[in-house]
Amino acid sequence: MTYDDLPELLTRLTGDEKHDWSSLSTLDVLWVLHDRVLGPEDAFLLSKGHGPAAFYAVLAAKGRIPLDELDRFGAFDSPLGHHPDRVLVPAAGIGSGSLGHGLAIGVGRALAGRRVFVLLGDGELDEGSNWEAVQYAGRAVLWGLTAIVVDNASATHGWPGGIEARFALEGWDAVRVDGRDHDALAEALTRPASAPRCVVAEVRP
Amino acid sequence: MTQRDRFYELAARALDEDERVEIVLADIGESAIPPHPRVHNLGIREQLMVGVAAGLALEGRRAIAHSYAPFLVERPFEMLKIDLAHQGVGAVLVSVGASYDGARSGRTHQAPEDVALVSTLPGWTVDVPGHPDEVELAFADALAVDDPVYLRLTEEENESAHDGRTLQVVRRGSDEAPFVLAVGPTLDPALAATAGLDATVAYLSRVRPFPAAALRAAVTGVDVLLVEPYLAGTSSAEVAAALSDRPRRLAALGTQRAELRRYGTGAEHRAAHGLDAAGIRRSLQAAFAGGALDGQRPAL
Repeated sequence: MTYDDLPELLTRLTGDEKHDWSSLSTLDVLWVLHDRVLGPEDAFLLSKGHGPAAFYAVLAAKGRIPLDELDRFGAFDSPLGHHPDRVLVPAAGIGSGSLGHGLAIGVGRALAGRRVFVLLGDGELDEGSNWEAVQYAGRAVLWGLTAIVVDNASATHGWPGGIEARFALEGWDAVRVDGRDHDALAEALTRPASAPRCVVAEVRP
Repeated sequence: MTQRDRFYELAARALDEDERVEIVLADIGESAIPPHPRVHNLGIREQLMVGVAAGLALEGRRAIAHSYAPFLVERPFEMLKIDLAHQGVGAVLVSVGASYDGARSGRTHQAPEDVALVSTLPGWTVDVPGHPDEVELAFADALAVDDPVYLRLTEEENESAHDGRTLQVVRRGSDEAPFVLAVGPTLDPALAATAGLDATVAYLSRVRPFPAAALRAAVTGVDVLLVEPYLAGTSSAEVAAALSDRPRRLAALGTQRAELRRYGTGAEHRAAHGLDAAGIRRSLQAAFAGGALDGQRPAL
């Protein structure tokens, strides 16, 4: 399946045929990660577990979950909930929903030698627990760790000076790219790193 | 040697003997464990500490996280719930400070609620050793499994070690005598409190999973006094459930919910909470007046 198949899968998930799926903030990042970046040994952690329809659609498109499961999204006996659960869906990497947990878990996996990609949101960064992980990963030079921050300007009090500046101050190799530009995302997510990487994927509605 | 020092020795040895072992610290204990590639001192970041332990567990490692009880259990409690329990992975959490070891440090360094909190999560083993030798038994068990384990160390200790991983009857009274279940370091005060009384005294250091069947087998009378070195009543529901089909009177001793707002020593706090020998004896006699202690059958 290709990127163009995702709207149909999203419609199966939600039953909503009129939705402008391109407005989903994480759709392009998730697609590029799973289509062009992640290898079989890599770990992907969806820390920003809110609104996982795009994630499930991408997993289904890549054959990681059965297509038929999309039709039962949120049902009592469905493995696909409104926040993912790794015990029910191993491809989810982690169970999430409560914000500010994924990056610390990613630090632990990176310390064990794993290449790890963690997807966060700019609003999620309000949670202070993220910054414990950002600070330590920078000092420990965890170059196997990549944080992708989807920035759709949803943080209530904003990030004056820019999210990437804060990661850079903590020793991360941080860049901002157009979160809809697949080539730019792929380039930022795959270039060699000598420090933990932060890719701020800017998505404006 | 204290329980804490014994833990540091065991941890250093485990790093050499078991390559799955990783130790995650938040400054506390950093100077006591020799440098090792699998010791990660994160600085004063306890939420991160539990998250990192979970990440290591997801990679098949056996992570040991260590700090003072309030900072290991209470501050990052949601990380225990989500990063460990919800992800379906385990780690070994080893705390020091217990309920009032940090008497001089005040309320911030005291965690009498920790066992009650951990007990709300599924699948945890909780060990409350009463002697350094018991730390060694609990620690070895913890490394042999992948499940979540909370090992609660304290400066209080009993004169001799007992294997409290299962319920042990230390002193047997008559069939009608009150049954005193002493947890961890409360054993010696409980033994002193019941000296000269017709009472059975049993010992337990592994409080979760609670040994319901062993308690049912050991209790022969009606009166049960539960003595725990943390929040009073933490295991009352477990005792009540274990004996639910029998007539019984249950009294539960532990630290009181109200803040003492006192400094001083652990011994002073123990006495203030009624957990010294005199306090336990007072409570025993008050709780079970008119019962076997007075040569009567209790009216239920």
